[in-house]
Amino acid sequence: MDNKIEVLREEIRQKLASAKDLSELDKARVEYLGKKGSITALLKGMKNLSNDEKKTFGAEVNKLKAAAAKRIEERVEELKKLQIEAEINAMPKFDITAPADLTRGSYHPITLVQRQCETIFKSMGFTVEDYPEVVTDYECFESVNIPKHHPARDMQDTYYLENGQLLKSQTSAAQNAILKKYGKNLEENGVPIKAIFPGRCFRNEATDASHENTFFQMEGMMVDKDISISNLIFFMKTMLSEVFQRDVKVRLRPGFFPFVEPGFELDINCEICGGTGCSSCKHSGWLELCPCGMIHPNVLREGGVDPEKYTGFAFGLGLTRLAMMKYKVKDIRDLNSGNLKSLAQFTDDDN
Amino acid sequence: MFLSMNWISDFVDFTGLDKLELIHKFSLSTAEVENEILFKGSDLSGVVVAEIKSVENHPDSKKLHLLKVDTGEAELTDVVCGAPNVRVGMKTAFAKVGAKIGEIEIAPRPLAGNMSYGMCCSEAELGISDDNSGIMEITDDVPNGADLKDIYEIDDIVFEVDNKSLTNRPDLWGHYGIAREFAALAGRELKPLGVEDLKAYDGLKKVDLKIEDPLCYRYSCLQVENITKSVSPVNMRIRLFYCGMRGINLLADLTNYLMLEMGQPMHAFDSRKVEKIRIKRFDKPFTFKTLDEVERNIDENTLMICNGDQPVAIAGIMGGLDSEIVDDTTTLTLESATFDAASIRKSTVRLAHRTDASMRYEKSLDPELTVPAIARFLYLLKQYDGGVQVVSALTDEYAYKYDTVELSFDKAFVDRYTGIEIDNDTILKTLTSLGFKAELDGDNFDVVVPSWRATKDVTIKADIIEEITRIYGYDNFDVNTTRSPLYPVRMDVVKENEDKIKDILVKRYSLHELHSYVWAYYDELKELGIEVEPNIKLANATNPNIETIRNSMIPTQLCQLNVNKGYAPEFGIFEIGRVVEGMDENNLCIEKKKLAISLFSKVKDVRDLYFELRDILAVITDDLKHKQLEFKTAEAIHGYEHPVNLNSIILDGEVIGKIGIVHPVVGKKLDKKAAIVFAEVDMQAFADKKNASIIYDEPSKFPPMDYDLSVVVPSGVLFSDLSQCWKNEGTEILKNVKIVDTYDTELFHSITIRFEFSSSERTLSSAEVQAVMDKVIENLKGINVNLR
Repeated sequence: MDNKIEVLREEIRQKLASAKDLSELDKARVEYLGKKGSITALLKGMKNLSNDEKKTFGAEVNKLKAAAAKRIEERVEELKKLQIEAEINAMPKFDITAPADLTRGSYHPITLVQRQCETIFKSMGFTVEDYPEVVTDYECFESVNIPKHHPARDMQDTYYLENGQLLKSQTSAAQNAILKKYGKNLEENGVPIKAIFPGRCFRNEATDASHENTFFQMEGMMVDKDISISNLIFFMKTMLSEVFQRDVKVRLRPGFFPFVEPGFELDINCEICGGTGCSSCKHSGWLELCPCGMIHPNVLREGGVDPEKYTGFAFGLGLTRLAMMKYKVKDIRDLNSGNLKSLAQFTDDDN
Repeated sequence: MFLSMNWISDFVDFTGLDKLELIHKFSLSTAEVENEILFKGSDLSGVVVAEIKSVENHPDSKKLHLLKVDTGEAELTDVVCGAPNVRVGMKTAFAKVGAKIGEIEIAPRPLAGNMSYGMCCSEAELGISDDNSGIMEITDDVPNGADLKDIYEIDDIVFEVDNKSLTNRPDLWGHYGIAREFAALAGRELKPLGVEDLKAYDGLKKVDLKIEDPLCYRYSCLQVENITKSVSPVNMRIRLFYCGMRGINLLADLTNYLMLEMGQPMHAFDSRKVEKIRIKRFDKPFTFKTLDEVERNIDENTLMICNGDQPVAIAGIMGGLDSEIVDDTTTLTLESATFDAASIRKSTVRLAHRTDASMRYEKSLDPELTVPAIARFLYLLKQYDGGVQVVSALTDEYAYKYDTVELSFDKAFVDRYTGIEIDNDTILKTLTSLGFKAELDGDNFDVVVPSWRATKDVTIKADIIEEITRIYGYDNFDVNTTRSPLYPVRMDVVKENEDKIKDILVKRYSLHELHSYVWAYYDELKELGIEVEPNIKLANATNPNIETIRNSMIPTQLCQLNVNKGYAPEFGIFEIGRVVEGMDENNLCIEKKKLAISLFSKVKDVRDLYFELRDILAVITDDLKHKQLEFKTAEAIHGYEHPVNLNSIILDGEVIGKIGIVHPVVGKKLDKKAAIVFAEVDMQAFADKKNASIIYDEPSKFPPMDYDLSVVVPSGVLFSDLSQCWKNEGTEILKNVKIVDTYDTELFHSITIRFEFSSSERTLSSAEVQAVMDKVIENLKGINVNLR
C-alpha cells in the first residue's frame, strides 16, 4: 500500500510541475483531490486493512492530500505571476512624443475679444445688453443728437432699407433704449446706469484690407450723479490694460461726435512699436481706437434722464479693430470670410 | 488742410518757444495733426539772386543758351540754360556750384560741349510753386548775390490737419483762427489783423443789392478799380503753394489768400456783369456754366447769385464763367457773404461738386466775418498795388443774425464734469484767451461766446467744459474710479444662453463659429442652385450681390460649407446671427436672432450625421433648460431642404426651429459624396423657455429590474408614438425607457426596448413588473405593434 502512495505522490509532483496554465492545474485538482479523484480512491481502498494499518495508511494519505493541495496553491500563484509578467512584457512601448491630435472647435476671434471686454465690465457691475441690427432713423440718429441733415450723417454712409429703416451704423443706436430702460431706476432708486452693448454695425462702403461694411463695436455707458472725464479715462485705461494684459498708455484728443460733449478720440500707444513710431501707427506711436466722451445733455434728455442732475460717459470701442490688433490680423476681410483656414485657429483665449 | 507756421507766426510771437512742441500740443488740444510735419526749404541751400548779363545761342542746340550771370561776385559765371524766358537784364534764382536742391548737389558739368557752372532754377525746381514754364523771375530791386532764403519765406514748417477733425469748428478753416488756438496754447497774445478802414468810403454810392432768399444770411460787397498789378508777391504765392493752392493771378490769389487766412470765401465779379445783385432760388431747373467751364444742372433748391434775373454764380460753391474777371475788366465787385450751411451742403451733394468755399460754408461760417474780410482784402491789395481805388461804399445786407450765446455756470459744475480740480483763474484765463468774454463773480461764471464759435459749435454749458479741459490738457488729468453705489446686476437671458451654447458647440462638439453677412449672397447661392427668396432689400446697395436681407442663415451656411469643403473630411460650423422674417403690421422688419448649425461629413452616413445634430440640440436643451425637445415632421418650403426628414423643433409645445437634410440637388452641387445636415433655432424663443430645476433622484437601495421587449415597428410609426403606450403605465416604478438594439430585415423593422424599473421603497416583485408590462404590450398591440 505504501508503494501506492509513493507512486501517486511522484505522479502528482510531475503533473503539477508540468501544468502550463491554470486550467491544467484545475484539472489536476479534480483528478487527485476531487470526490472521484485518485487520493480519495486510495482512502476508499482501505476497507480491507486492519485498524492499525488504517490509521497509519490514512494518516499518510491525508498527508499526501494536504501536500498536494498546498502544492496546487503554490503552482496557481506561480502561474498567476507568470501570466502578469507575460502581460507586462506584451505591452508595447508607446511613443508619447508623437504629435497630439488637436482637432477641436473654435470661437470667432470677435467672440473671444468681446468676452474679454464683457468679463472686465461685468466684474465692475455693468450689464451686457443685446440690440437688433435693423433699427429706425430715430434710434440710430435722432435720439443721439444727430438730427436730419446734420453733417455727421455724412461721415457714415448708412445702409438704408426699402421701408426707411436702416442697418445700424453705430452701436450708439442702442443708447436711447438703454437710457429709457434703466433711467427710471436711476431716478427713483439711485441705481447708476452701467451698461455695455456689443453689436454688429454696417457702413455702406467698399471693402479692402482695412475697410469692412460689416464690423463689431462695443458701446458702453455709465450715468450717475457725478460721472466725470476723470472716470471715463479710468474705465478706458482699465479695460484696455486688461485686454492687452499690459499697462496701456492712453491719451485723449478732442473729437467731434454729436452724441457726446466734450467728445474725444482715445488713442493707445502702439502695440507694434511700443510707441516709438512705425508704419502701423503712421509714425506717431499712437493708434486711434475709440471715440468717447461725456454724454451730450440732449441725448440724456431724449432718454428721459435729467442732464442737470446726472452726467455720464459713453464710448464706442471698435471690437473688430481690437481683435485685429490683438491677434495681428492684417486683412479685415478674413473675419467675415467664413474661411476655416483662417478662423479655426481661435480655439480659446483666456487672456 | 495744410497750415504754415510762418503764416501763423504773423499773428503770434513765438520767440523762445519750441514750435514743434506747440504743434504737438495743438494736435492733443485742438485737432489731430496728420502725417509727417514738413520742413519746407530744408533741402535747399546755396541758391542766390543772379542777373543775366549776356545771352548767346548755343552753337549745337536750338534750345540751349550760353549765359553769363552776375552772382554778386567779381567775375561773371558761365551757365548753359535751356529755359525759354532768358533775356539780358533779367534777375533769376541761381544755384551756385555746391548748392543743394533736394537730393541734387550742383557741380560744374558740360552741357552739349560747353561747361556750365551752376543752374538757373524755375520756381518748381525750388519747390516754391508748380511753375516750371521757365526760370524764376525776380524783381529788379533785389541785390545780386543775395541768398534767396533771406529774401523770401522759403523756410517754413508746414503741417496737415484732417479736415474731418475740423467739422465742428468753422473758425479753424483759416490761419487766423488756428493762430488763436496757438496763442491760447502758448499763453501769448493774438495780434489783431491789419485792415483798411472802410468807413472812409461811406460817402460813395452803394451797390444795387438785395437778398431775396432766407438762405442767404449776409451779403457784403465793395467795388474797386484801377488794379495795375497782375502777379502776386512771391511770399504770398509760396504760402498758397505750401498750403496746397496754385498761384493764378493777383486777384484770384488774394481771394484764396483771404480764405486761407480768415476762413471767409470771397469772389470777384466783373462789375459790368453784376449791376443788380439779387440772391435767390429759381422755380425751374436750368443749366449753368461755372468758371471751370462745366455745364451744371441747377435745380429749384440751389441758391444763386444773380444779376437781376440772370444767374452769375452758384452761391457759396462757384462763380459763373460769364461773370469772371477778363482782360478788359476795369471795375470789379468783391463778394463776401454767408449762406445757410445745410443748403450749401445739400447743393454740393446734388451737384457732386465740393469746392474750398463750399467746404467752409458747410461748417456754418460766422456772418460777422464778411466785412472784416473785405477790409483785410483791401488792406492787402493796397500794400501790393498802391493805385487801387474804391468806387463804392461798403454795401452790406445782414438778413439773419445769430443770437448771442451767453452761458452761466459755477465752479461746482466744472468740478462735477471734470472730476479734478481746475482753479477759477485757470478757467477764466483759458476762456479769455479763446476769445470768450468771461466774468467771474465768486464761484459763478458769466460767459459770452464769441461770434465765430456761436454759429453752432458752442451753445451749451457742456461745450464750455470742452474748452476748459482741452486747453488744460487731458494728459494732465488725474485718473479716478467712480464713487457710485453698487447694486446686483442681472444679465440678459438671451446673452447668457448664447454664451453657454457657444461653449457646448465648441468644447463638446468641436464645431467652428463663423461670422457672415446679414444679406443673401446672390452669386455664391447661384453657384449652389439656391434662389434668393424675396425679402426686404437695401435701398442703397452699391453691389447687387448684397441687395436682399436674408430670411434664414441656412443658405449662408451652405455657402460657407462650400468655401470650406476642402478643409477637412468632416466638420461643423455654427453662428448666432440675424435674419429678417418679413414685415410686421407697421411695415417694420421682423428681425430674429438665430442659432444656425450645419454639419458636413464625407465619413459618416447621413443618418448618423442627422442624429448627431439631433443629439447636439437635445444636449443644449437638456443642459440649459433641463427639458426635452420634441420633433414634428415639417413640410419643406425652401429649395435647399430635403423633403424627407425635415422636422420642426418643439420646446414646451412651441416650434422654435427646424432640423433637416440638404436637398440632393443643392447637396450634389456642393459635394457629391458628402452628407450635409442643418438646423436653425430662434434664440429669443429658446431663451424665453423657463429653465426647469434639477430634481434630485436618490439612488435606490433596492435592486432595479430591467425588462426587454423586442417589437416589430410598422413603417410610419415613430418612437414617440410607442412612448404613448407606456406614458401612463407604472409611473411609480418605470424609471427609464431606451432602445438597446435595432434589427432590420427586408421585411420588417424591429427594435428592442429596455424598460428600467426600480423603487426606492421596496424590492420589486416580478409579478408587479409583469403586470405593468402586460398593459404596455396590450397598448402596443392597440397601435399594431407586435412582439417579434
